Amino acid sequence: MNATAKAPSARMGPASAPLWRSVTADPWLFGIFALITLSVLVFAVLPILIVLKHAVWTPNGFDLSALAGTLSQGFVWRSLANTMILGVTSALVATCAGFVLAFAVTRTTMPGKTFIHGAALLPIISPPFVMALAIVILFGRSGLITRELLGIRNANVYGFHSLVLIQSLAFTPIAYLNIRGMLQSIDSALEDASSSLGASRWTTFRQVTLPLVTPAILSSVLLVFVKSVEDFGNPMLIGGNYNTLAVEAYSQMVGYFNLNAGALLASLMLVPSMTAFLIHRYWVCKRSYVTVTGKPTAQSIRISGRRVVLPLSILCYALAFTILLFYATVFYVSFTKLPGVNNTLTLDHYRTVFTVGFSTLYNSLYLAGIATPITAIAGMMIAFLLVRRAFPGSFLLRWGTLLSFAAPGTILGIGYVSTFNTPPLLLTGTAMIVIAAMVVKNLQVGIEAGSNQLQQIDRSIEEASTILGASSGRTFFRITLPLLRPALFASLSYSLTRSLTTLSAVIFLVSANWTLITVTILSQVETLKTGVAAAWCSILVIVVLAILAVMQLLLSAASRER
Amino acid sequence: MSKVVFSNIVKQFPAVGGAPGGLAVNNLDLTIEEGQLVTLLGPSGCGKTTTLRMLAGFETPSAGSITIGGRDVTHLPVNARNVGMVFQSYALFPHMTVRQNVEYGVKLLNLPRREMDERVSEILETMALAQYADRAPSRLSGGQQQRVALARAVVTRPKVLLFDEPLSNLDAQLRERMRDELRAIQLRLGITSLYVTHDQSEAMAISDRVVVMRNGVIEQDDTPRNVYSRPGTAFVAEFMGKANILEGKVESVNDQGARVRIAEASFDLAPGPQPLRAGQAVRCVVRPEYLHLDPAGQLEAKVRRVVFQGGHVEYLAEIGGQECTITDARYIHSGIAEAGQSLRVAMDTRPVWILPENQANEMGKVA
Repeated sequence: MNATAKAPSARMGPASAPLWRSVTADPWLFGIFALITLSVLVFAVLPILIVLKHAVWTPNGFDLSALAGTLSQGFVWRSLANTMILGVTSALVATCAGFVLAFAVTRTTMPGKTFIHGAALLPIISPPFVMALAIVILFGRSGLITRELLGIRNANVYGFHSLVLIQSLAFTPIAYLNIRGMLQSIDSALEDASSSLGASRWTTFRQVTLPLVTPAILSSVLLVFVKSVEDFGNPMLIGGNYNTLAVEAYSQMVGYFNLNAGALLASLMLVPSMTAFLIHRYWVCKRSYVTVTGKPTAQSIRISGRRVVLPLSILCYALAFTILLFYATVFYVSFTKLPGVNNTLTLDHYRTVFTVGFSTLYNSLYLAGIATPITAIAGMMIAFLLVRRAFPGSFLLRWGTLLSFAAPGTILGIGYVSTFNTPPLLLTGTAMIVIAAMVVKNLQVGIEAGSNQLQQIDRSIEEASTILGASSGRTFFRITLPLLRPALFASLSYSLTRSLTTLSAVIFLVSANWTLITVTILSQVETLKTGVAAAWCSILVIVVLAILAVMQLLLSAASRER
Repeated sequence: MSKVVFSNIVKQFPAVGGAPGGLAVNNLDLTIEEGQLVTLLGPSGCGKTTTLRMLAGFETPSAGSITIGGRDVTHLPVNARNVGMVFQSYALFPHMTVRQNVEYGVKLLNLPRREMDERVSEILETMALAQYADRAPSRLSGGQQQRVALARAVVTRPKVLLFDEPLSNLDAQLRERMRDELRAIQLRLGITSLYVTHDQSEAMAISDRVVVMRNGVIEQDDTPRNVYSRPGTAFVAEFMGKANILEGKVESVNDQGARVRIAEASFDLAPGPQPLRAGQAVRCVVRPEYLHLDPAGQLEAKVRRVVFQGGHVEYLAEIGGQECTITDARYIHSGIAEAGQSLRVAMDTRPVWILPENQANEMGKVA
């Protein structure tokens, strides 16, 4: 009876034995796992490795002097410094703005929250450079505000200050959503407890609320930083002489056909991005006190004093109106003959758009339409494989997908052109290469959404299915996937929006046959056809909004069905 | 035949991400006879759930083997074992109706459509669920959800039925009713069953045999009655309900048992499982109900604390310097004593159980 003292009667086999058993228990699932992992390795990891190789490897082999030659050139370090300074500044500004918005919306009696919320989210669904276009129109040499209103003749809109403004506005929604989620999931009983112990509102804010949202604030800073480093459209359009790594890499590749310099610059981008991303994932996330379940806890709004609400409201409305002003400007310009010179209203730009034809918009929709379901389903499957199964080699899948998300689009784009230009992987110029880039770039969001949702689904629901005799495949498709529907839809909307508005990776991949709407818009802006570009932007924003609305309708119809 | 045999089962969990791994089950031998319901009982972390999950196939033993009806299933995948399970959370598929939930497993048997429908309708009828067949599980009461879970588990006619704390989500009243329902259905279907719980009264009410586990090891495997009144260890005695463990000394040994001195009195007690010798120190399990207040009682108890419980009064007292709980259901007639008072207590000696030896250091562990 007294067996505690006895050692286990048999020693266990090698640690991997249960892992291999999981393979034999589920050969089909392992097959899918192997296929997905292989695809991730080929389409996410390999291209990045090839870029790293090109960065240090000339056609004549490893050449330290060539590397040193490139590195000694001023533009490399200047653009690296530019990228870092811009990234840090934008991250701080956007996070502050996001925090103000989130705090005002969740904790105060500020009027018009729905309006603020909607305006704050607008930048997410539009192409990254709509704002850049707007700022040129408003504050440029012949800007509507600078020249028309203020009479300034030689305003210089190009450069660091505009970039910070634009990126901050464009990335505030990321910080806002992040911090708002955290604020909502803090049990308000904690704040009640603080005030019941005699703390003033300010003390409660400082000692309870702020420490609890610190992880979200840090994570916003890091995510916006990564986004800023990756941003290509804005620095391209309004950077002026302020070149960032993304722009410099592009011009080295496309302007000078210098693959080595391009690859080196792209590799340099990887360093700050990966660092920030890894800090985010393995340090900030571990420090979170609240488990963000996505389920807002019961909130009671308790800040209604004018001294707090009024200044916060002024800030929020100023921000919201700036965003709206920028979008309205683009919309207005799309109906204007020659903004700043001839302000008569016209439909000319739309006429041009319609005569040139919708082929590029069509391409974008077509490619994004193929990429989106692949992204979403693959994201759910990977989430399932990573959260619920431990196959030997899971770490390859986990790190491969993480790498593809953290890596800037530029390095992925350069990697694709230099990897898939020879048989057997000859894909350059095809639709497939664009689709692959879209899928790989957006996969991680689906994985995250799917993983979070899976962790909320009671494991025993799936166990109940297997114990009733269902195979793993059947369990996934009949039980898990239907329960993942919210995450699936979130992933669908995200990857559709991103695929339609992306630029940094696909700019290297478009070809005569397959060019995309964002690339078209960029070239219109560069050739100063502002009106036509604005018309395209307006159409694109409306198309994205319409698709999102339809998906929302489908989702709510589907949930009402139950 | 679907007798279940665990032989020499060891389950060692690997250390994951900094969390220490541990020996969840250590050298477990257990047999469940055909048609029996055996309960694994123990505090959380004792290995009972791990044992159940190894029989289900969700965990693979690190060593040892499990057979069902003579067939080795140790490494058989879950979905090939033909085992039914009622989960603690019920694990009903939230996106399916009651009927779809119950049908799910039957569909996988590839039965003719008619037979499948018959089986499903029959079980829904038996469980009084027919009128809710098209509802979503979330719109049922706790008891009804419990019945759906049971219907879904038995409709495939599994060889073994597993219960993982199935009643812990129900309120006290419903729990008793569902407990009796579960047992009635298990008896009627005659399915070999393994039931996991940490509630000793549930275990005693429902089982053919109760297996008390602690730290991955079986402490005692016996009938409910024996586990309660003839505990093998102090741990089992205290886990199975309120127990006073009073130390005494054997004065003399005779044919009927032993004369044991407890505090200032001597009692003739039935012999324990081991031979006794005069002068030996023993520990006796004295349930509160074996003691009653009696002015002519042989023991003196000093009241430390009084807990009024409605049906009875519970006195936490000291007898000869040892802590002791005494219940008094006759307080209506004799009144309630206060802390600090002394009471005379008589002991019903027949059920008093002398714990086997080699448990000398057991007290420390339990406390």
